[in-house]
Parts: sequence; structure tokens; C-alpha cells
Amino acid sequence: MSTTDVTATLFEHGEVVPARRMATPMWLRAAGYWGYQYKRTWKSSIATSFLIPILYLAAMGIALGSLIDKHSHGVGGVSYLAYLAPGLLAGTSMQIGTNDMMYPVLGAIKWMRTYLAMLAGPLSVYDVLIGHLAWVATRIAIVVSIYLAVMAAFGTIFSFWAILALPVAVLTGMAFGAPMAAFAATLDKDSGFSTLYRFVIIPLFLFSGIFFPISQLPLVLQVVAYISPLFHGVSLCRDLTLGTVHPWPDLGHAAYLCLWVGVGYAVGRHTFAKRLVV
Amino acid sequence: MVEAHQLEKRFGDFVAVDKVDFTIARGESFGFLGPNGAGKTSTMRMISCISPISGGTLRVLGQDPVTDGPAIRARMGLVPQEDSLDLDLTVLDNLMIYGRYFDMPRKLIRQRADQLLEFAQLTDRAHDRVDPLSGGMKRRLTIARALISDPDLLILDEPTTGLDPQARHLLWDRLYRLKLQGVTLVITTHYMDEAEQLCDRLVVMDKGRFAAEGSPRQLIEEHATKEVVELRFQPGQHEALAEKLADLVDRHEVLPDRILLYTDDGDAALAEVHGRGLSPQSTLVRRSTLEDVFLRLTGRTLVD
Repeated sequence: MSTTDVTATLFEHGEVVPARRMATPMWLRAAGYWGYQYKRTWKSSIATSFLIPILYLAAMGIALGSLIDKHSHGVGGVSYLAYLAPGLLAGTSMQIGTNDMMYPVLGAIKWMRTYLAMLAGPLSVYDVLIGHLAWVATRIAIVVSIYLAVMAAFGTIFSFWAILALPVAVLTGMAFGAPMAAFAATLDKDSGFSTLYRFVIIPLFLFSGIFFPISQLPLVLQVVAYISPLFHGVSLCRDLTLGTVHPWPDLGHAAYLCLWVGVGYAVGRHTFAKRLVV
Repeated sequence: MVEAHQLEKRFGDFVAVDKVDFTIARGESFGFLGPNGAGKTSTMRMISCISPISGGTLRVLGQDPVTDGPAIRARMGLVPQEDSLDLDLTVLDNLMIYGRYFDMPRKLIRQRADQLLEFAQLTDRAHDRVDPLSGGMKRRLTIARALISDPDLLILDEPTTGLDPQARHLLWDRLYRLKLQGVTLVITTHYMDEAEQLCDRLVVMDKGRFAAEGSPRQLIEEHATKEVVELRFQPGQHEALAEKLADLVDRHEVLPDRILLYTDDGDAALAEVHGRGLSPQSTLVRRSTLEDVFLRLTGRTLVD
């Protein structure tokens, strides 16, 4: 059977078909869906992903910070606000990366079946995964950009290295987002999410060097902080915005973040295919 | 359009589709009929290149689903058993987004969307959210969405399951129009009337195999008699009474609620029933339908 048979078209002849431009990559078509969705919800998501860290900055950085600065002259020679801000930046990225890969992934599999709609067209399961990851990375980049601008306004940026805090914060978010997507695709119910959030994400947020150096922690918790990607994202963002770059340790932090993204993605390819291609 | 040879689908030890052969020609409307769990959906999912085949060969639109899945799906419209609409977006947005998966220019999607909304009788709901729409409207939207890319092949998995009679008839009318326009339709259903209305040719599936194949008329002629007499007695008496009637006709069937007598002359058979002094609570003489074929072939009623 030839594939070039002329078939009747359903549509009126003489449809105005604009000239073909280059084909859009498949994963970008998938990412486009999430972008389309976001147009409808961005206002409410600004509140959670942007307003909250600003409030943290104001309350802890300025109010609590003035107390800390008065009594102990900041942390490691910089004001508490300047110490805290890059940590919150990385922490916010982590929260977006995690949140956006929890309910949306399971929803796209089970409730709204968005992935299945995508897979009914020419997209492959890997396009679906990459498209979603790419979208979440984009969303983190948007929030981080605004956040960095606010940090500059608060006078907490001390170096041009801070430009690199943007990709690093995105990397931090995806170091959580990619494994989270891989995990969410294995679930049948969403009840695990709140447990995970309460017992993993929130403790990591509190004990990964965002609010105080992890050297204050008991050794066991220091080890835990060291294993999770957040501590590395926080340290790296802080070095970049403060301009205290230490090439080798910082490259190590970056490589470790990449490792989490890479492993998360590799496992995600597997769990997505297993869940969606049966 | 579709050629399958010894097609198989296994899930672990469970054989969902057991070495079936079929071809579907261009412009044809082909049905898979069978109870739930017969392997219809598994077959459909293999044809739609969503589910990998476990054995045999399959060609769809002249291509191999294993290597050309995305290319095949680009020319196919799929209406899955469960709607996958975006409930928070509007009717029109759902079409726009879906067209983007096929990389259609927005302008073209928009033009087609207008025609398809007209076709699906959803024009006045174009800017409403999908969530509050009725089941029939959602189903029509799913079909409209599957048509946005002007597919060569439209696959419908139980298109009217769960809809009320009016909604079903409207959908059938729309599908019939597509058929007249030369769209190749592949349909699964467990409704006999649906298969009779829409399919040029169909297969009856049972336990992963084809129990029969042909046009609805052929199947009725081959596997059922011209007429059927339905007799309803007091509950619990059917088995015993059926024995007294067994010699009356070539074949009979005892259902939980009635006895069916298969015969070429229903009125004569009914007269004989009365002649034997039996007085059923209700009687009906009717023409054979696909349901009778189904009973014959699978030995049981359709169960959901």
C-alpha cells in the first residue's frame, strides 16, 4: 500500500495553508502545552513561587538579620540578608522543581491524561518527558530571574559571577525535578507526595545551609545535607552572588547537581516508558 | 490501511490478543466487537502504535509501528476509551493545543477548528471550559480533536459507551457522515446496534481470538436464523421449560430472564409453543440481530 495515496480531505478545499517553516522539535511541542497552561495560571503561581521568598527575605533577612548583624556582625563577614538571599534562591528553585513534577506529572498520567493525549499524536514518550522537564526548567528560570533582580535591589549582589546563579539555580531545581518526575510516574495515588514534602523537602529546606551554615548541625545531619543536592546548590549560588568563587569546590558542586539531573532523567526515561507504553 | 498477521499481545503470562489476522482497507469502516476483556482495546492500542506488539507482524498505513510509530500517529486520529481533554481549558483551546502537537500552523488550526466545532455542534460552546460539558459533548469534542490533523485513519475506542440514547444517535450521525466522506474508521464497541449501524465489516472477538468475521448481514445469515422468538416465563422455570421446547427449533438459548428460540418462521414456532399448552408471560417474535450472533459465538450474553 502506498503512503502517497490521495485521500479526500475532510476540510474545504482551498484551505489557506501558510508556507511550511522548519518543523518544530517534538519535545518543544510538548513543552508548548505546559506554556499554554501557564498562561492561565501564572498569576496564582506567582504568589507561591515568588511572593513567599520575598516575604522570607523581608522577615528573616531584614528583621531577624538586623538582630544577628548587631550581635555577631553577620555570617562569615557578610550581612545576614546577603547570606540568606542566595540560599533562599536555591531553596525556592528546589520547591518549584519538586512541586511542578509531583501533581502535574501524576495528573498528566492519571487524572487529566495529558500525556496520553500527547502520545496519541506524533510525540514519543521521551518527547513528553523532555518537554515537561524543559518547561519546568523554563519556569524556574523565569522566577529566578525576577528573584535575582529583587536581590540586586536589596543590595545583596556583589559580583558579576551572580549571572551564573541563574543557570545554577535552574540546575538545583531540576536536580530535584528530574528525579521527582521519575518517581511520580511510578505512583498510583498522590498520598505519597505530602509525606515526601513534609519529611524530605521541608527538612532539606531548613537544614541545607540556607538559614545557617551546616557546620552548626550534628554530624549525621551534616552528612544528610551533603548528600542532597540542595546544599550544593545553596553553596554555589552563595559563592556566585557574594563573589567568593572557589573554582574546584564550586565545579564540584555544579558537577554533583548535573549528576542528579542526569540520573533523574535516565531513570525518568525508564519509568515513563514503563508507565505509558504498555 | 492496516494489515495484521498472527498479531499477538501478551502481558506477562496473560494473552490479551492471540495470533489474529486481519486487513482493513481504505475507506472501510471496520469494527471490533466483543465483551470487555476480549482484547479489543489491546488490538486498538497496537494499531494506534501506542502499545508495542508482542508477536506477529503489523503494518499501519504502510509503515511499521515499531520503527515509524510517530510518523504513523501523525496521520492518524485517535479517540481513546477515556477522554483525555484538558478540563480547565476552553473547547477551542483544546483543539488549538492538540493541533500544535502535529505542528500545524495556528492559522490553519483555527480554520479547521471552526469547521470541526460546527461538525461537532459545539460552536456556541467554543469559549466555554470543557469541565462542565456533558458526556456527549466531551465525546464529540474528543472526536473533533482527533480530526484536526485531517487523519487518513480514525480510531475510535468505544465511542459511545456511557452516553444517553440521544447523545449516541447524534454521534452515530456524525460518524456516518465521516464514513461518507471516505474516512477510514476503526471502531471497537460492545454495543450490537452500534456495530450494525456503523461497520461495513466486523470481527467478533472473544478471549483474544476472532470468533467470526464478516459484514453484519453476513454474520447474521451465517450464525443466526431469520427470526427469533423470545419467551419469558416465571423466573426459575426457564431451564426446565427449555427442555420441553428443545425439539421445536434447530437451536435455543436460555438466558437468565428469557428463552430464545432460533427459527426461520417465528410465528409458526410461537403457535406450536402455545399448542403445547405453555403460556409464557410475554412473547416476542423479531428478526435476528448481531446480539444473537454474539450469543451463538461466545455462548453468553454481553457483560459489562
